[in-house]
Amino acid sequence: MNKLKLGGKEFESRLILGTGKFSSVEIMLEAIKASGAELVTVALRRFNRDRPSDDLLGPLTRLGITLVPNTSGARNAAEAVRAAQLGRELSGSSFVKVEIHPNPHHLMPDPIETYEASRELARDGFIVLPYMPADPVLAKRLEDVGCAAVMPLGSAIGTGQGLSTAEMVKLIIADSGIPVIVDAGLRAPSEAAAAMEMGCSAVLVNSAIAAAGHPAAMAAAFAIAVKAGYAARQAGLMSRGDHAVATSPLTSFLTGS
Amino acid sequence: MTGAFFMNIVVNGNQHELAGAGTLDQLLKELEIVPERVAIMVNDRVIPKLNRKDVALREGDRVEILTFIGGG
Repeated sequence: MNKLKLGGKEFESRLILGTGKFSSVEIMLEAIKASGAELVTVALRRFNRDRPSDDLLGPLTRLGITLVPNTSGARNAAEAVRAAQLGRELSGSSFVKVEIHPNPHHLMPDPIETYEASRELARDGFIVLPYMPADPVLAKRLEDVGCAAVMPLGSAIGTGQGLSTAEMVKLIIADSGIPVIVDAGLRAPSEAAAAMEMGCSAVLVNSAIAAAGHPAAMAAAFAIAVKAGYAARQAGLMSRGDHAVATSPLTSFLTGS
Repeated sequence: MTGAFFMNIVVNGNQHELAGAGTLDQLLKELEIVPERVAIMVNDRVIPKLNRKDVALREGDRVEILTFIGGG
């Protein structure tokens, strides 16, 4: 299996995990291990001395995986740039998931602020992974300013509505010179497989695993699905036809005619 | 700086009285925070870990101390 290449670094796993919404740190760590993920996203929040167990830096560092701080909470490009700089201080890596969604109702990424922040951060040497609307024009613009990948949404964050943007994601992939990673909205492993079959380079999953009945088991299921989808893409899917084409001889079994 | 001296700063949105000639290092010690576990911003400027001991805090400074939590 070819490796996933992001910002000059290589990864075996094409499943990226989010660390939000898990009911405990232990369950989150089990899920990460079961997923085989080498990249996980984290968020920044004010230090809270009453809740020291919220601090994920220690437990995640011990796993030996690469942290991708997100800029969640940023309402504009300037705030996202500051969040990225803070994240880099803590993570020790240059990865950043640019995430700017000012409207709490639908959490749709702001394309203009996302573009501005991504451009500035790429210029500053970050490995920029922008969470973005599934827009092929914006994807190309983000590639042009030096993003390491683009991460179009499958559907709104946390909805589990699957790959509702499938046709747009296909257009993005067809035109993209950088990896395309579907981020947000996936619910079932089959949807992750479908994204990979389409030609995505990876998928980012959080809620579907964190909110599953058994998060570690679901993480393992997603890992299998991502591998299957990627292998299928590499194998080359047959083309679709409008008419039935028999796979067995059509000569009559009894009469031989 | 000699003698008792206090300054008022804002830490994560809350008023905080810091004794003595306050540096960021001193503030972290006072709050019993493990320095490697947090990122810090003073008045919206990110302070690299290496520079913390050199950053003298001033009356009215806004200090943000951040950690990683779960996020997608």
